[in-house]
Amino acid sequence: MRPMAQIAMVMNLDKCIGCHTCSVTCKQAWTNRQGMEYVWFNNVETRPGQGYPRRYEDQEKWRGGWELNRRGALKLKAGGRFKKLAGIFSNPRLPEIKDYYEPWTYDYKNLTDAPLGDDYPVAQPVSQLDGKPMKIEWSSNWDDNLAGAPAYGDLDPMVERTRQQAADKVKFEFEQTFMFYLPRICEHCLNPSCVASCPSGAMYKRAEDGIVLVDQDQCRGWRMCVTGCPYKKVYFNHRTGKAEKCTMCYPRLEVGLPTVCSETCVGRLRYLGVVLYDADKVTAAASVKDEKDLYEAQLGVFLDPDDHAVQRACEEAGISYDWMEAARRSPVRALISKYRVALPLHPEYRTMPMVWYIPPLSPVVDALSETGHDGEDAGNLFGAIDTLRIPLEYLAEVFTAGDTGPVRASLEKLAAMRAHMRALNLGEEPDADVASAVGMQPSEIEEMYRLLAIAKYEDRYVIPTAAVGDARRLEESALPDNCSLDYEDGPGMGGDGPFGQDSGRRQLPLVSVENFHALRKRQTARTADDAEEV
Amino acid sequence: MTTLLWGVLPYVTVALLVAGLIWRYRYDKYGWTTRSSQIYESKLLNIASNAFHYGILFVLAGHLVGLFIPMSWTDSIGVSEHTYHLFSLYGGTAAGVLTVFGIALLIYRRRTKAPVFRATTVNDKLMYVVLLGAIVMGMVAKLTHASGDGYNYRESIAPWARSLFRLQPDTDLMEGVPVLYQVHAVIGMALIALVPYTRLVHMFSAPVQYLFRPYVVYRSRDPEQLGPRPERRGWEKTGA
Repeated sequence: MRPMAQIAMVMNLDKCIGCHTCSVTCKQAWTNRQGMEYVWFNNVETRPGQGYPRRYEDQEKWRGGWELNRRGALKLKAGGRFKKLAGIFSNPRLPEIKDYYEPWTYDYKNLTDAPLGDDYPVAQPVSQLDGKPMKIEWSSNWDDNLAGAPAYGDLDPMVERTRQQAADKVKFEFEQTFMFYLPRICEHCLNPSCVASCPSGAMYKRAEDGIVLVDQDQCRGWRMCVTGCPYKKVYFNHRTGKAEKCTMCYPRLEVGLPTVCSETCVGRLRYLGVVLYDADKVTAAASVKDEKDLYEAQLGVFLDPDDHAVQRACEEAGISYDWMEAARRSPVRALISKYRVALPLHPEYRTMPMVWYIPPLSPVVDALSETGHDGEDAGNLFGAIDTLRIPLEYLAEVFTAGDTGPVRASLEKLAAMRAHMRALNLGEEPDADVASAVGMQPSEIEEMYRLLAIAKYEDRYVIPTAAVGDARRLEESALPDNCSLDYEDGPGMGGDGPFGQDSGRRQLPLVSVENFHALRKRQTARTADDAEEV
Repeated sequence: MTTLLWGVLPYVTVALLVAGLIWRYRYDKYGWTTRSSQIYESKLLNIASNAFHYGILFVLAGHLVGLFIPMSWTDSIGVSEHTYHLFSLYGGTAAGVLTVFGIALLIYRRRTKAPVFRATTVNDKLMYVVLLGAIVMGMVAKLTHASGDGYNYRESIAPWARSLFRLQPDTDLMEGVPVLYQVHAVIGMALIALVPYTRLVHMFSAPVQYLFRPYVVYRSRDPEQLGPRPERRGWEKTGA
């Protein structure tokens, strides 16, 4: 056993209203620069839809992720090491910028500088690639909401696959249209194919928290990572000629703050936490023969932080107590392994993604209510799941490589939770059969409800700081060499040293980790008493 | 003049190359990249870039054989001057044609595709002039002296090139060399000196180690990153 820790995310799609706040704040924080105009580390797609870049899920075209070779071993879908090096002069499978969209700005100056005339001056769109006026034809969320489904829905690769299996399930007649939102960031995979594709070795998975990063000093711009990532979440900065990607906001995570996208999520649908996994099992799990077994295989890679053997192994592997404690309280682990309501995005790419999703149930309640049925009655709900407006088959193509079983199980648990909680809220005796029908205890259902519906800030984001994990090492680097009482007029009064006050190296003003957290706690506490117990 | 061109210039070239590489590695790792324009335009590049790069690799191999394998070696394994000349003429010309076709298409693409042209710096333009000059002059020199056994550079240029490494440049050998070859050699040296200061520097990061490393790379956090760092020169805060 080789235990490793991973910061993972779960998004509850039932709550996503498609407001793009996560995308915008992420863009402001990370990609608001020249060369990155077209880049959205976080984007929100309306499904069904082509996604961003267009039809990125069509791996027969883009060749992202892994596949099994004839001997059943993992190989990069875009070709092995020799093929990569032979094709290094021009990556044959690289999306062009127009597959994302051509970035533009507007000629605002014309609004004030245009000569006097009969017509109001307009700000023409101007391409940010060649500086010429352009016709806007596509953007990162062009087929947002129902604007796109009837026209572009057929181009969704997942729709194409669903059609092959369940011919009439997916229709785009207006009155039957369905959609849901899918916010996407980098998956920070356990078996990252972008890292494996990088010829320079500039991409790496951080050993402490599993975040996948690009070393900007080592990247030589060979662009193989862009092809290697099946989610197309590594981007090429066309100004600097280097690859860039979602960093999971590691500077924030390291001090215990959630990512910008999580922090600003209006629907509070994101959960962040630690997951422990066995690095020795990853390759075997990713090479499972049947694509539909990949979801179960990935669950098998995770380690139980309450298991004593695991705890001992983690201690030996140098995972700090703080991280173990966080793993035990991890909301992500609860949603993935305990309640099993969260599912991975496209496990069939064999990269072992670590951003998981709770499939959307919402429309079914409304749909049932409209037909005069009790939309929150368990019996009605269970029966209706198979006739969901969002077809199970479609969700299964997205989350479980086409296996409807886990999707149905997850949706049934969400439906059972609704029925159970309604009974409680109305002061009725909850029907114990509802819980047992989905294999849960009533108490478990209530816990899950608390995590999904109430979940306060500190329950949604359980993030151990890098600093506390590294405390001992840090103490040496962060504390000054001189006495802590040795400040101006302080009791230490160490003096200026032989060469006077301004000689030698300057000490930076110190903000200790404890102070930082005390400050944050005080600023975010609801009452004065809460702030005291730091 | 002879001493300057064939005794001093080569060493200046090497000095510029080595110093430039060290400078670039030390101070501009972030700028060390191919600066690919493939995401602007992919179709032409797929043909042009492959043709050019494979062509120039063959050309490079040809130059290494021509300059650094002494005639006595090929004689001793029974390759006559005529055979060698034909081999060099046809092989070299084929590689040269491939390279010229590649770079011509690359320049056409760079000029006609607006986003690519907009991303072209002055530095790139200078580099293209020198690179194209070296390639074209090489082809011209070779083809002008192609008749019969051609010009036997292995009795003049090659020994001179080897003498440079012995630090006793035999500049007299270069005096009788046809002017076209001399021009090609000078432009070639200029090109070599330019490498570290242009995007050509990417040739020194050929990722051979990719063949030998494990697929997934793990790295630990740099402990220097945590906690306060001393402010960098020129970035000190005011009022501290």
